[in-house]
Amino acid sequence: MALDDTKKVKDFKVVGTRPNRPDGIDKVTGRARFGADMVAPGMLTGRILRSPHAHARILRIDTSKAEALPGVKAVVTRADFGDVPDHVADVIDNCMAGDKALYDGHAVAAIAATSAAVARKALKLIEVEYEVLPHVTDVDAAMRPGAPVLHEGAQQETVPEGYSGNVISRVEFGHGDIEAGLAKADRVVERTYRTGATHQGYIEPHACLATMSADGQGDLWVCTQGHYMVRNVCAAILGLEQGQLRVTASEIGGGFGGKTVVFLEPVALMLAKKSGRPVKMVMSRSEVLRATGPTASTSIDVRIGMKKDGRITAAFAELRYQGGAYPGSPVDMGSMSAFAPYDLENVKTVGWDVVTNRPKAAAYRAPGAPMAAFAVESAIDELAKGFGLDPLAVRLMNGAKEGTRASYGPTYPAIGLMATLEAAHTHPHWTAPLGENQGRGVACGFWFNFGGDTCVSLNVTPDGTVTVSEGNPDIGGSRASMTMMAAEELGIPYDQVRTIIADTGSLGQNEVTDGSRVTFAVGLATIEAARAAKREMCRRAAMIWGIDEEAVEWEDGAARPAGPNAGKFPPMTIKEIAAVASNTGGPIAGHHEVTAEGAGVSFGTHMVDVEVDPDTGATKILRYTVFQDAGRAVHPAYVEGQFQGGAVQGIGWALNEEYIYGEDGILQNAGFLDYRIPVASDLPMIDTVILEIPNPGHPYGVRGVGETPIVPPLAAVANAVSAAAGVRMTQLPMSPPRVLAAIQAAKG
Amino acid sequence: MVKVVLWGSLAESADGQREVAVEAATLRELLDGLGETFPGLRAELERGVSVSIDGRVYNDNWFTPIQPDSEVVLLKRLKGG
Repeated sequence: MALDDTKKVKDFKVVGTRPNRPDGIDKVTGRARFGADMVAPGMLTGRILRSPHAHARILRIDTSKAEALPGVKAVVTRADFGDVPDHVADVIDNCMAGDKALYDGHAVAAIAATSAAVARKALKLIEVEYEVLPHVTDVDAAMRPGAPVLHEGAQQETVPEGYSGNVISRVEFGHGDIEAGLAKADRVVERTYRTGATHQGYIEPHACLATMSADGQGDLWVCTQGHYMVRNVCAAILGLEQGQLRVTASEIGGGFGGKTVVFLEPVALMLAKKSGRPVKMVMSRSEVLRATGPTASTSIDVRIGMKKDGRITAAFAELRYQGGAYPGSPVDMGSMSAFAPYDLENVKTVGWDVVTNRPKAAAYRAPGAPMAAFAVESAIDELAKGFGLDPLAVRLMNGAKEGTRASYGPTYPAIGLMATLEAAHTHPHWTAPLGENQGRGVACGFWFNFGGDTCVSLNVTPDGTVTVSEGNPDIGGSRASMTMMAAEELGIPYDQVRTIIADTGSLGQNEVTDGSRVTFAVGLATIEAARAAKREMCRRAAMIWGIDEEAVEWEDGAARPAGPNAGKFPPMTIKEIAAVASNTGGPIAGHHEVTAEGAGVSFGTHMVDVEVDPDTGATKILRYTVFQDAGRAVHPAYVEGQFQGGAVQGIGWALNEEYIYGEDGILQNAGFLDYRIPVASDLPMIDTVILEIPNPGHPYGVRGVGETPIVPPLAAVANAVSAAAGVRMTQLPMSPPRVLAAIQAAKG
Repeated sequence: MVKVVLWGSLAESADGQREVAVEAATLRELLDGLGETFPGLRAELERGVSVSIDGRVYNDNWFTPIQPDSEVVLLKRLKGG
């Protein structure tokens, strides 16, 4: 659906304002019901037994002693699931190990018992005989010939002969002639960058409550980013018909991509099926870190050539991402996005997807892009500063714009990168003075955004208020945004609309809440559903007035006669039309079902000041400003929150967060005491500048904003720390010991 | 005929061509035509791809129209978080 040219910015009455959040009171008073808050009569407690080994063949599992324990109502192993369709084979293997345990924390059995104490005791009674195998957790080590191989025969045809079986696929993008371009450069930077694996760090652990009745009907209450995905995947694994499994999404305490897959849900349903009782499962924080889906750790080689005036002549990156124990690291996205902010004549990326003995990577906000941006933006910063050039001016010189052929192939339509760079260049932050041991960094970032299957139902109640039902969990303010777009379109106040998240039995298929898609795609469907309801209300008014429905228009929440021959009737408000709906044809509703396409790509530029303690290597964030194109900011406070949240997660990734594995392949820091995410006292206020370059693919011009903000901060912080410390940092996290070692090494 | 740009490593599965032409008026015809004309592409097509048509990315809408002069670029299937 194209941008509605009749809806100019000045016409918006609700969109662009900052009303109270519809979920605010419930969340601050503790009334909101999250995944662990649901209970059911006769409910059992489910617990998982997890592998203590990084890589081991499972020779035997004996559950007889556990099953004999009073209070144990069901025990599940992989054998209970039997054969499953190919498209969910890796999914169930990750939820419950088959022949091999592939990482520390991999589930091998599950218990449902009458209490948590009984369940814990029962877990200890399960006997598992392992044959411990050699393991590998580092991406470069896993690629070497002779490395322990996780899966025989999983390698795609895209991998040349001679590579380790852990190398699953190879991909290449770009155009031009890299060597010819580098030959024209006055200087070439060639470096290897590394990033640690990080977790999304959502505060709410995974949780669900499952029931399965004897007639094959199931219900699942679950914390997820996509309850339709949960339904479809679980139905495939358990051999159910999708229509027989109803899934309801709870409130969600963060996801950031990590809740776009299942971990507990098929197991809970199987326990419920075997026990005949409701089963509730809640992960501990340790389980979340050991056995859900962090992002990939990476090793990236970059070569970039630049002329003295700042013009980039060629850019190359080879990206190696380990995605844990199963194929599917986000290296494809990293390879496509690495140079997306630039207009380059010669550009090439090569990506390698590698498996290791770690938990399978899940999506994490713009999956794959932040690591690639860290490497590329660091090299560009080093080149610019090496020539004594303004790093923002270099980006303005080389930045992508409308008509640029993107590094991943397409030609860009109208995009907002240059607007973010220009806003950054003229912002007071850019010229603010810095003190001793302080440095400033900038970086750009890109994300694709997309749409997908979307279904919205809008109902006009008998009193003329409106309910909107959508099928995506509200992870970033979608109830507020949908309410605002419905109110805008209907011409009624915000408080006359309420949006709910419907269960899977109430709406058609909805894609997972990912790809920054919801405000774009569900918003588009909400607007169309409202327009359908308006058409129906105009038709009802026409019936009452006895005129043609074409002679009725909708304006400011009321049907009005329009045109010279329509007659003079007083407007009928939505409340007046709704009050007589039973007399004019029945309830009034609007629906829209669509596979939304046309999500506009997104760009951002980040600027950060840091201070590095030369004696300890500790970094303090002093000031941070985010510049990003939002297309149209429906609820600017939520947009600012997305910008701020992405920056903060990126700061954690840059400075502290890292999965640390011992020589034994066991995760050493499976808790928030040792896995250090930023807290409020670590941070200054994150300033934001919202640019609005309307997306031509949405009636109000909306672009997704949720993922791009995490792309630039790794590089922006690295560039700032490098400036402050006087040494180029090429490995994340830039923890105090690592920075201190770099400073001392530079001093010789 | 619609010209389709393939990503670098995908060209190796299409007789080394970075740009191929197929007869197609819709996205479905395009994907079917690519698989029939270049069997080497089938494995990647079955794994799923995204398609940029005149700068806008499409995933699943079979009947998305494609004009003969459209810029069409095959992309790895987009995944988000």
